[in-house]
Amino acid sequence: MERIGVVLCSGCGIGEALDMEALRGVAEEAGATVLTHPCLCSEEGLAAIRSALDSGEADALVLAGCSPRAQRHLFRFDPEKTVVERLALREMVTWTHPPGDEDTQALAEDLVRMAVAKVEAGKLPVRLQEEIEDAVLVVGGGLAGMEAALAAAGMGHDVVLVEAADRLGGALAGPPVHLPLAPPYDRPQPSRIPGLVEEVKAAGKIHVATSSRIVRITGQPGQFHVTVRGPEGEVELDVGAIVQATGARPYDASRLGHLGYGAFPDVITARELDLMLAEGRLARPSDGKAPQRIAFVQCAGSRDPEHLPYCSGECCAVTMRQILQVSRDHPEVETCVLYRDIRTPGQLEHLYQAAQEGAGAFFLKACVNGVTGNGNGRLTVRFEDSLLPGVEAMEADLVVLAVGMVPNSADGEAIRELHDAQHRAEHGESEVQKEEAQKIAEQLAHHEGTEILNLDYRQGPDLPVLRYNFPDSHYICFPYETRRTGIYAAGAVRAPMDPAQAVEDAWGAALKAVQCIEAARRGEAVHPRSGDLGVPELFLQRCTQCKRCTEECPFGTLNEDVDGTPQLNPLRCRHCGICMGACPERIISFPDYSVDAVSRQIGAIEVPEEDEEKPRILAFLCENDAYPALDAAAQLRRTWNPWVRIIPVRCLGSVNIVWIADALSRGIDGIILIGCTYGEDYQCHYIRGSELANTRLGNVQETLDRLALESDRIRLVELAHDEFQRIPGILDEFAESIGELEPNPYKGF
Amino acid sequence: MNDTAQLPVLVVGAGVAGLTAALEMAETGHHVVLAEREPVIGGRVARFHRYFPKLCPPTCGLEINARRLEENPRIELRLQTTVTGAQPVDGHWSVTLETAPVHVTGRCTACGLCTEVCPATVSDRLNWGLAEAPAIRRPFPNAWPQRFVLEREACPEGCRACVDACPYDAIDLKAGPGVEEMEVASVVVATGWRPYPLEKLPELGGGVLEGVVSNVQMERLAAPDGPTGGRILIPGTDREPRSVAFVQCAGSRDVNHLPYCSGVCCLASLKQALYVKEQLPECDVSLYYIDRRTPGRNEDFLTRVAGTQGVRLVKGKVGKVERNGDGLELTVEDAEAGKLLHEHADLVVLATGMMPETGDPFGLPRDEDGFAVSDPRRGLAVAGVAHRPADVAASVRDATGAAARALAAAGRRS
Repeated sequence: MERIGVVLCSGCGIGEALDMEALRGVAEEAGATVLTHPCLCSEEGLAAIRSALDSGEADALVLAGCSPRAQRHLFRFDPEKTVVERLALREMVTWTHPPGDEDTQALAEDLVRMAVAKVEAGKLPVRLQEEIEDAVLVVGGGLAGMEAALAAAGMGHDVVLVEAADRLGGALAGPPVHLPLAPPYDRPQPSRIPGLVEEVKAAGKIHVATSSRIVRITGQPGQFHVTVRGPEGEVELDVGAIVQATGARPYDASRLGHLGYGAFPDVITARELDLMLAEGRLARPSDGKAPQRIAFVQCAGSRDPEHLPYCSGECCAVTMRQILQVSRDHPEVETCVLYRDIRTPGQLEHLYQAAQEGAGAFFLKACVNGVTGNGNGRLTVRFEDSLLPGVEAMEADLVVLAVGMVPNSADGEAIRELHDAQHRAEHGESEVQKEEAQKIAEQLAHHEGTEILNLDYRQGPDLPVLRYNFPDSHYICFPYETRRTGIYAAGAVRAPMDPAQAVEDAWGAALKAVQCIEAARRGEAVHPRSGDLGVPELFLQRCTQCKRCTEECPFGTLNEDVDGTPQLNPLRCRHCGICMGACPERIISFPDYSVDAVSRQIGAIEVPEEDEEKPRILAFLCENDAYPALDAAAQLRRTWNPWVRIIPVRCLGSVNIVWIADALSRGIDGIILIGCTYGEDYQCHYIRGSELANTRLGNVQETLDRLALESDRIRLVELAHDEFQRIPGILDEFAESIGELEPNPYKGF
Repeated sequence: MNDTAQLPVLVVGAGVAGLTAALEMAETGHHVVLAEREPVIGGRVARFHRYFPKLCPPTCGLEINARRLEENPRIELRLQTTVTGAQPVDGHWSVTLETAPVHVTGRCTACGLCTEVCPATVSDRLNWGLAEAPAIRRPFPNAWPQRFVLEREACPEGCRACVDACPYDAIDLKAGPGVEEMEVASVVVATGWRPYPLEKLPELGGGVLEGVVSNVQMERLAAPDGPTGGRILIPGTDREPRSVAFVQCAGSRDVNHLPYCSGVCCLASLKQALYVKEQLPECDVSLYYIDRRTPGRNEDFLTRVAGTQGVRLVKGKVGKVERNGDGLELTVEDAEAGKLLHEHADLVVLATGMMPETGDPFGLPRDEDGFAVSDPRRGLAVAGVAHRPADVAASVRDATGAAARALAAAGRRS
């Protein structure tokens, strides 16, 4: 930008703590027009800002006063017209450093120079204006899929509902009853499926394709191009967003031989009991006789590291429902439940109470370890750790195994790894490489042909999955956070859940799909940088096809052409900047966030001469967690070392190594990066940003060693948002450790 | 999609469910009025230390949500506001919003000079009465919005200390309540929950014994912005507990109290057991349960905590908690051993359940436990724990679903 205005606020004690005239001088020297106001957030202060903009005096502003986290709603300006940088003189300087002090003043002056340099390098984002498709594709026609279709249609969107089977209904299509979706919760309820199928047919906006599969999906949110293969051949369609509601299937009971399944016909699964009850009968498969006693074995293959380590969350309630059905229609039959924990959370507790008290079922906490025949036509269920001392077995005429659910998902990243390995095994550079690739391909061979969405994405044809193959979000607070923008999982495929939860989840996923379409139409990013306009620009003439950006983007934004040149799909982009941090050629930048802008900020820091004994430390702080933590520390008037110069970044993953080189060559003595926890329970909102930063730093430290600079000069610290008590100490301790080193020998070069 | 629907959607409650519903609708392009009873957003989760199973801080997600909220021109936030009346009119609602007196106005810069001079203290509601706070204050370090709050009823007669100290003329001791009638297309009710009162469990020492706290109080004891700065201490003392007992289903799954299961208390206690072990590795932790309810992948969390040294899970119902010398004695019916145990603990945490906030002007149908049921034909969608007991992830999913129902209703009914 060209006409830069700096507005200095002297309120909240800033004016008393700093030499405002000197600060004005610094801003003017940096080429800005300067205005001072006693209270920037007052109506008069805001009017002064607006008049500076309206008069054309400034097209970019540095608002130097309080934190960008304070009074955000007052400081909203049209991002297409003005570049605005809010500089927290109050929090980062005067609340946290001694007033009237030389170091405090130097800190404020540096921060003003850095802010001016940043807006100077900033450009106005250009809003994407693309043709956007309105329709939503729903994959899977079970409970969640049909609810998602009705939800999207209810919000005014056309829907294509693709189902692999020859009719709608999914896993719940069989039994005429299911778990309660609404009160009363103490009894089974008639299945919602038949009514739902009718509603879908009557909705008008929903096109149903049964016996159909997805062959290929190309494009990006708002512009997905989908090929569907059905009984009449292939159909091409354009949709704006996608809901994957492919549900779950029961765990394969044939793997539960130790529980007698397969060996004894009277050992059946809960689903098989449902089918029997649906036919209005209750008979032993072996001899057709009515059972006198049914034993329900809970957690059959669940909560078991050998089978399903997780709990499916609904099997206990399904058993209660079945007990109530049996007791209603066959009151003479005795029912026993062998369980480890009865899990009927929420209002489903009423179903448990009804089974226990109303139906008179017998419950025994025990760990079932085997089911055998007893020789006289009955079955013996053996168990250990029972609550009845000395009792280790029970006889039953029919054993029902409550087996858990397995998601109908595909591991997109594993499939991609498999295909890469197959390619290397074929075209590898050496025999060793080919052999290694062959091994990997064999290990991953079971993923072959499991594709569901068939996305034409560099990073694999399906959604990435979490542990146990659920394509869920990792986030507790953002369950619809998805790593493939515009594609949302819903229902039992994404996490074990009961039907009531699946219905709400389906509506939620449909909303996110519709929202993504609307955001694409407005040319805005979706969560977490919702509303952001600037998309990355790639200066491809200088691209070396190193593929780091296409590999490291957490959201699969970039595809590759045959040469390996990245192809941007801007509507998939979530604006985190990880590609910018990855690029060794520094050819990726955002209009309002770029390698150049941060380099200029670093260049604006005045580095004192060696003999002044005032080291300078650069801190890159994640703007979602570490920066807010420091801001909160400032609100509590915690103090920290005045040698530190803070640069907030979108994500540590966006930190380009060149910034570190720039800083060191300018004589900066130490560099600290503070970002989110990584690993299994990562807290990075861009999935791997802080982890990638750590990996990249590993490479830098080797370079440091070669330059004979101590590797202690660079540090990465993981910090959670609420660790505001800890962060000032981290900065102090790092500053102290840098103070103990010799000054950076590159000072003054 | 919403060109025909001109009226905003009303969201009642800005806890994690209401906030989510409002943001999701606004980011879809709809106008939203978000009414919150308290002077801050975030509801119950703002008072939690960490979420299970990741042990990540709730403020991390609230940070993003606060930014989304403050940057979105399509949401109008009404704090200290309750909905006191509602009438169906031509397929939409006419509602009455009442705003309590706003004594600290939008001119507040959160500079903090008022707190320094305030002579009055109040019981800090944020900390469930575990601490006192000045009558005028920032409710907690990461409270949104960044504005101070005055509990006017605590002001000494004639005191104007804060008014005189404020350089920005932001304090109005004479502010009165406001009432506004408004037409809205549809409504999301996300009024949330309150904890089952400790006082109703005197046999477990609730409200009687100082060393007995509820699970929501335990969150504050572990929180860095809590009454002890995050140190887990026996209330009323400055001693660290050498043993902590968690009493599961305290007033839950019990026809004399709450007949249902809140679905989160097992996981909350397991999480709190880790708070204790992280801070006090030598402390003995016992957890007494009926069933360990950790559905889904949370099973891994159960495995993790159960495998932590010094954590003991006992299937048994705690019948009584009494003072015994310096500490507390629990009478436990050990279901596996088939006998009564007498166990010692320095600190007892009662895992109390969630009760839906009741009373709404829309006449929502409610189930036998008081949870509200959505009524999409009348344009009413219920979200989060107002709807059913749920953890944060399930509440957010539920709220997003409710937002879709409200938008569908708004489109259909306008």
